[in-house]
This record gives sequence, structure tokens and C-alpha cells, in this order.
Amino acid sequence: MLLALISDIHANDLALQACLRHCAALGVGRIVVLGDIVGYGAEPEATVRRVSGLVEAGAIVVLGNHDQAIDTPSVQMNETARRAIAWTRPRLSETSRAFLRGLPLTCTLDNFLFVHADASAPAKWKYVTGAAEARISMAAVKARVTFCGHTHVPMLYCLTAAAKAVAHGPSVDRPVPLLEQRQWLAVIGAAGQPRDGNPAAAFATFDTVSRELTFRRAPYDVEAAAAKLRAAGLPEALALRLLQGK
Amino acid sequence: MARTRLETGETLDGFIVGELIHRGGMAHLWGVTRPGDATPLLMKIPVLHEGEDPAAIVGFEMEQMIMPRLKGVHVPRFVANGDFARQPFIVMERLPGETLLPRLEKLPLPAEEVAALAARIADALEALHKQGVVHLDLKPSNIMFRSSGEAVLIDYGLARHRDLPDLLQEEFRLPYGTAPYMAPEQVLGVRNDRRSDIFALGCLMYFFATSVRPFGDPQGLKGLKRRLWRDPVPPRRLLPDIPPWFQEIVLRCLEVKASRRYPSAAQLAFDLRNPSQVALTDRSGKLKQDSFFTILKRKSDPLESQIDRPPGTEASATDTPIVAVAINLDDMDGQLADNLRRTAKRILEGSPDARLACLNVLKLNRIALDQTLDEDGNNKHVQRLVGLKDWAHGLGLGAGKVTFHVLEAIDPAEAILDHARQNNIDHIIMGARANSALRKILGSVSGKVAAEAPCSVTVVRDRQSAD
Repeated sequence: MLLALISDIHANDLALQACLRHCAALGVGRIVVLGDIVGYGAEPEATVRRVSGLVEAGAIVVLGNHDQAIDTPSVQMNETARRAIAWTRPRLSETSRAFLRGLPLTCTLDNFLFVHADASAPAKWKYVTGAAEARISMAAVKARVTFCGHTHVPMLYCLTAAAKAVAHGPSVDRPVPLLEQRQWLAVIGAAGQPRDGNPAAAFATFDTVSRELTFRRAPYDVEAAAAKLRAAGLPEALALRLLQGK
Repeated sequence: MARTRLETGETLDGFIVGELIHRGGMAHLWGVTRPGDATPLLMKIPVLHEGEDPAAIVGFEMEQMIMPRLKGVHVPRFVANGDFARQPFIVMERLPGETLLPRLEKLPLPAEEVAALAARIADALEALHKQGVVHLDLKPSNIMFRSSGEAVLIDYGLARHRDLPDLLQEEFRLPYGTAPYMAPEQVLGVRNDRRSDIFALGCLMYFFATSVRPFGDPQGLKGLKRRLWRDPVPPRRLLPDIPPWFQEIVLRCLEVKASRRYPSAAQLAFDLRNPSQVALTDRSGKLKQDSFFTILKRKSDPLESQIDRPPGTEASATDTPIVAVAINLDDMDGQLADNLRRTAKRILEGSPDARLACLNVLKLNRIALDQTLDEDGNNKHVQRLVGLKDWAHGLGLGAGKVTFHVLEAIDPAEAILDHARQNNIDHIIMGARANSALRKILGSVSGKVAAEAPCSVTVVRDRQSAD
């Protein structure tokens, strides 16, 4: 089966729609959302509704730190993120807030683990930004492949035969076979707020039979998404970030 | 559980095991077949022992990832991978014949023969580099030839693929490669420079033409590092009959700094096939190794300063194109000549490592016996070369960046196409025939080239006024 991995949508409904269109064209059988459905973006309610609609169709969704912050104001965040959450909170329906509250920290399917951040302590929201962090995360779990998000930069890590973690900056649309005998950690980039210099929405597909992971990009109308941010009165830095992809 | 020893006659994942062909330190090779399929196949089984250096495993894993992604005649066709959980293996096409290894008994070979052999190997490297792969273990035992003549590179256990994680990257303290052929940057752990393969091919050419290995066969890291400061004995000192152009090519491949070598295997193949066009430098006449004081100075600098800074990302092979411009000296006005020059300049501008081949086709007469001399007794071939050089003069390209070729042929389009196919040309620039009446009678050369070329074609035409 072909899985789609979508992370860090951040209330960017246009980006999510673009990813879903690509997924339909690719023949994706099941969607996995790796958290941070809200925060930063201008369309939290529409985005949460779309994601909860996906769950009804069999999607797996895990919790992100921004999702948690809606009902837990104590979550550590920078100033911009906190302002965006404060803006978001009153704009979510009770149904949507209940949906976010009900999300699990992790989820597994066969030998695969889905989590928003570092898997060694999922509730601590630690970033996997390099081979050292990836090694800690992989060592803590049994799953052969961990899929996570949180950093907004796509990256792939492998624990080799000598128990060292190797980092790989993935190329778009080039499948990588995740050898079954090794442990892997794939950091899927952000759909709704990429920070790797490419403004197109990032997502990935994983074929559970051939075990091929492919990092992908879905271009969408970034200007329109930025305009919505500005119209909502959200910080200008967030609009610029969308436009530049960093 | 994984085994090394198979039994002749047993069936493994649908493959019928034949005889053991090769017993190597890292892997064993078995002949296998598939029921209902006569194609001879090869099964590679890794040698995995308890407590063994993990390099054998990692190398085999890399090969399992890389091989299914390779395409073309210069690699063995991939058939199947075996699961590590049960029995790891790789099944691939079984090539007829032997590797280049047995040739070592017949060295030295004449320089011309080595050049012809190396040009075919360089073609294979180019095909590999274009797919984003650096071989990193080019040596005689990893080179085979198809009956149709193409070189085939085998064994991707140390290779690096641009689009795949490099499992060998952080793994081991020692650099991986084969001592006599390893490039200086590879000795220091750089694994993403395709010019490392060009160095290895330079070692092979040197060895085949002189029967001496340029850097010996050092066993330790200290000995391996020697090539960072000690240059090899110039081949012409060992065998004075070796032509200067051959030494020029070999010593350029063996430059310590990768940026001073050929920027692409295609450009190396080009020189190997066009010895008369090799731009000779001090390298060609060198008869002594570098002086004691030069070496002393080099040794006082840190080793890392001897090599170039490793490429941040693997540059794509198309950054070093060979551009061919076909010049019709018989039917071209000054404006079109100018226009062609401007176009060539624009295309070369973005690629400092590009080179330009200027072509002219000397049309042979289908029936009459051709005269090499024209009515005034001038050599036609030489005249054409003069014309080409005159055209290129305005481009201001340095020596080694531009070459000149007069092709003799009945069909000009075929001649240009052949040249492009044989020399890995990336881009052809040519003028459209000016006179449309003539075009009607003779057909369009540029039209045929554009339709059949194995690469990009730019057809240059002067802007027609709408009168």
C-alpha cells in the first residue's frame, strides 16, 4: 500500500489541498498526518475539519505541539508562535478543539512509528536536527521506520551496521529504498510552512511493499496563502516565511 | 539464516543455482538460471562472518540499493535482490568474458592501445556520472567489455549515489578503495567527487602503458597519503617512446587537486580519441619528479591543503558540457558566422569547465575520386582548419578549451551525428542553410541533425525580414 505522510500543515488549507490532490494522482491508499495541524496559518478551522474528514476515511493523525498548545497554554513556544496560537484559539469550533484534544502522541502501523518530534520522549517536543538526535530517537524505539516532522526541513537518517547514524538530504521525487534490516528515521518537511528554501508544500510517500520512500513537493498558490495571513492580521514574518520557504 | 555456501542444483527464490564462479573475500559469485529463461545470470552472495568488519555488509547493502537504479549498457543489468532476513543476494546479468585483470600479465601495452581502451572506460564512467553515481573503486578487476565493445563497470560496493544515503560516509576510520587507484581526496575521506574516478583511470592508464603502478601498492594509511605530496615518475622517463600527448593526458588525470584534472570523463574520452588536439603543457615534457625542495615545502603544509575543498553537493555532469559547433565554411555569410559565435558564447558562458569542438564537414564526392589538393594546389584539409580557427578566434577561448575537426563524409548530417555520438557531445550548435532554394534541393542538414541528435541542438538562423 502507498502511504502519504503529511506534516506541519499549520492551518494552511491551500497547501493541504495541494498535497491531497497529488496524493490522489499518485494512488495513495492511506494518509498519515504527523501533527501541527494548526498554528501560524490563517485557516485553522477549515484545516482541522479537512483533517478530521480524512480520519473518517481511514487516515492516521498524531498530535503536534501547536495542536496541544490550543488547550494547554503552558507549552513552551516562541513569541510569534504564541501570538498565532492566541489568534487561533477563539477561531476553532468546540468540535475541532475536541478533535485536537483527542489526538494520540504516537501511532504505529506494522513496523512503522508515527510521531511529531523525537520519538525517545514524544511529549518533550525535541527537534531531530542532526544525526546525533536521530540516533537517540531510533535507539529508543523498536520500529524499523520512524516518521516525524517538527523541524520543517526534510531529512532522512539511517542507523548503519556499526550503529552510527548517517544523514541524507533527500532529493525530490527520487525514491530511496529503506532496507528492511536497518532502522530509519524520516523527517518529513512541512506542508504548510516549509523552511528549506522551497516554498512548495512538502510531503512524502512510502510504499509499504517495496519500502521505497519518496520525498515530494506540491506547488500551490503561496501568494494567496500569504494574503490570507495578512488579511487575518497575523505577524508579517509568517507571510514572508511562506513566500520564501524559509 | 544467511549462508555463504550454496549447493549446486538447489533453488533459491526461484533461481536454480549452478556452479561457483568466483570466491572473493567480500562475496562469492554463483552462476544461476531461472526456469524458462535461458539468459545466464550471476548471483552475488556476501561473505558475512560473525564479528566481521561491517564494511562487507554495508558495501553489500549499498550495492543492493544502487544496482536497481542503474541503467544502460555500461552496467550489468539488475535482476533481483534477496532479503537480508533470509538470504541476501543480488542477481544480475552474467557478462561473457573476463575482466581486465588477466591483461596485467601482458603489460606494458602500446600507448595508443591503452588510449583506445581508456576511452571506452571513460565512456562508461561518463554514463555512470550522468546518473549521479561515483564508482570509487575503478580498477582492472572491476572492468569488463561487452562483445559489442562497450566497457561495463561492475561492483558498486564502494560507490556513492547522489540520491541515496551514503551508508559508508561516517562508518569507518580507514578510507575505502583500492590502494593503487585511490584518489588523494578519497584517501582523506571525500566520497562525492566524480573526478576521483578520473584519477583512478589515470592510474590504470599509467600502469598499463608502463607496467609500473604510479603510486605503488601501499598497505597502510601513511603510504596511501604519500600521493598527496609525492608526484609519480613521469611515464616518458620510464619509457621514452610514450608520446607527449599520452603523458599529458595521464598526468592531468593524476593531478592531486581534482580541479586540475579533466572536469568530466567525457572530456577525457574526447582527448583520448583526438590525440592531435590535446593541448600540450609542461606536463607532456616533464621527465623528472618534482624537486626535493618542492616536496619539502608541500610536506610542511597540512595534508588537507593539498586537495580541493570537497564539493558541497555533487555537481551535475551537465555542468561540464562538450559543445560542438558545426561551421559550414562554403555557404556562410559574415552575419551568420557572427550570430553563431554569439550563440556559442552565450551557451559556454554559464559553464567555465565546458569545451568547444569546432567541426567542419569536407564533403566527399560520391562518384569521382577526390583530390586532396584544390586547383591551386592547397591542401583542402589544412585550409578548412585555418577557416575554423579563424572563426573561433573571436571567442577568445584558451588552449585546451577548443578543438578543431575536419570530418570527411558524403553525408554532412550523418558525419555530425556520428561525431556527436562518439564523443559524448552534449550540445550541437549549427547554422541553418541560408538559401531556401538550395535547402529545397539538398535537404536541411540542421533539420536532420536536430531530429536525430542524441543531445540538444541549437539551430541558428539570421532573423528574416518580412518583406
